[in-house]
Amino acid sequence: MGGIVVRSLRQHALSTAVTAASVALAGGLLLTVWVVKTQSQAAFTGVNAGFDAVLGARGSKLQLVLNSIFHLEASPGNVAWQDFLDLQNNPDVELAVPLAVGDNFHGWRIVGTTPDLFLKSEYTPGKKFELRPGGNWFDPARRSAVVGSFVAAKMKLKVGDKFHPFHGLIFDEQKQHAETYVVVGVLKPSNTPADRVIWIPLEGVQRMSGHRPDADTEVSAVLVKLKAGSALAGFQLDTFYNQQGSRLTLAWPISRVMAELFDKIGWFDRVLALVAWLVALVATSSILASIYNSMNERRRELAILRALGARRYLVFSVIVLEAATIAALGVVMGFGIYAALISAVSAIIRGQTGVVLDPLTFNPVLLWEPVVFIALGALAGIIPAIKAYRTDVAQNLTPQS
Amino acid sequence: MNNPNSNLLQISGLQKSFVAPDGARQGILDVPEFSLAAGAQLALAGESGSGKTTFLNLIAGILPPDAGTIRFSGAVVSDLSEPRRDCFRAQNIGYIFQTFNLLQGYTCLENVLLGMSFGQGADLVFAVNLLKRVGLGDRLHHRPGQLSTGQQQRVAVARALANQPHLVLADEPTGNLDRKNARAALALIRGACHEAGAALLLVSHDSDVLGQFETRRDFSEINRAVTAEVAT
Repeated sequence: MGGIVVRSLRQHALSTAVTAASVALAGGLLLTVWVVKTQSQAAFTGVNAGFDAVLGARGSKLQLVLNSIFHLEASPGNVAWQDFLDLQNNPDVELAVPLAVGDNFHGWRIVGTTPDLFLKSEYTPGKKFELRPGGNWFDPARRSAVVGSFVAAKMKLKVGDKFHPFHGLIFDEQKQHAETYVVVGVLKPSNTPADRVIWIPLEGVQRMSGHRPDADTEVSAVLVKLKAGSALAGFQLDTFYNQQGSRLTLAWPISRVMAELFDKIGWFDRVLALVAWLVALVATSSILASIYNSMNERRRELAILRALGARRYLVFSVIVLEAATIAALGVVMGFGIYAALISAVSAIIRGQTGVVLDPLTFNPVLLWEPVVFIALGALAGIIPAIKAYRTDVAQNLTPQS
Repeated sequence: MNNPNSNLLQISGLQKSFVAPDGARQGILDVPEFSLAAGAQLALAGESGSGKTTFLNLIAGILPPDAGTIRFSGAVVSDLSEPRRDCFRAQNIGYIFQTFNLLQGYTCLENVLLGMSFGQGADLVFAVNLLKRVGLGDRLHHRPGQLSTGQQQRVAVARALANQPHLVLADEPTGNLDRKNARAALALIRGACHEAGAALLLVSHDSDVLGQFETRRDFSEINRAVTAEVAT
């Protein structure tokens, strides 16, 4: 039976190839949508830069997290230096790191912070930021910068290079600051949003020419790491800042803020999935159409097979297997399309957010998608197979005499 | 080899009708008695529309009869279910068609091997020998489209004998050949059947073909449906 199927597929090579390609496109799209959906959700909710909470000006928790952790969006406002000190002195707080934003270099965000971010925090459990050989951490007293690996690659920045920051988060060549900064270190890739940032001393942003005079008494946000086993402290701080206070907002825990975002855009996921399934349905329908349309020209062939002794169920099975084989070919080709699409999408997401998707990470969809597609293909083969099953042997062999 | 004195095929009360376009049922075949001895070669003469092909299709089990019995080597095959008739056909009957009915996507050898696959099972050596026997030893891997009509018919003969059948049915086997090729093809069919010990039942309206058979019958003597139609 396999031989008959292979022979038939070869005989209809063009239609087989076109149909398999449409299945491949559908499969590749579905896999990509699914993997990007699940991995981006996992990646975005998993990124917290090693901190538990973010303190910022009164406003949206999501904006606060996007600005401080993902280095996207504008800062919702400023936090007084005293508020930072209060947090730093809180006995439940292990580490508080201030951030100041407001400048860029050709669109790449410049963030002011303290060396604590690099020396005391772990962006992932067990992993601290590291410098490439030949680099140093910035000196808070000097106009020095540590450049994230992604920015360094894109802007071709290396140790010793000098640059002028530009005012604002959006690049405007008219708004160049007079200060000159020297690159003293380049971070090794951390696969976090930090790779897309140029880090300078906190004071650098605070005292940049053109910034408000009182800017050196404020920061944009404070990253907060609570001491181990002090989960209650998170609730207490949440109550203190968000319910009792009205000046500041504490985004805690960071992952929940992002999870709430994905909950809100869950409908978008469902629409994407629905579109992917519709594409799959159209692709499997194309299998049905292509085989069904070939049935008229194949009636005689099927009648000959029957005359030679092939049973009805055999010709039925041949058609179903043929449809399933086209789907299987499409699935195999679809993995190629998926590999290309996921690489492109990962690169875009990394370029825009610094979040890295790992296309090689196992995802259950990689197992069930081939099974579902092949089953749908076989299902699509049933209607033409019924036609084959009903082929009138005598009528299709020779004219009646 | 079968005993030439025993009846290989015994038919009694065989009837078949079809529904005409106007909805009326039209009897096309009514054969009270018919028999064919093992190893015998018989030619049936009949005009187009006389029911010859239907008769062969009924014997081959391609069509079920409306009534009557077909015995093959003593066993009633007309009562078999369709799948068992398919199996019976693959193992016992070789069929040669006027239009050859070769599968165009298959080579000569593959056409023969495919015929075998539904019967005794593919036997490469036997298939090659069969094709050599019909003079196509150097065309094993040619597709039907690459052969002359005479050569295509020889492939069909080889395929019909692929499962070492007891009976070969030939439906106007030379209808698409010129006279010279027709004679050669007929000689090949008869010779090959004789060597294989298979009976041959051939239907034709070509007097030249029929003239080469020692035993021939007019199909209208066998099929009363035709006689009745003519009488009315």
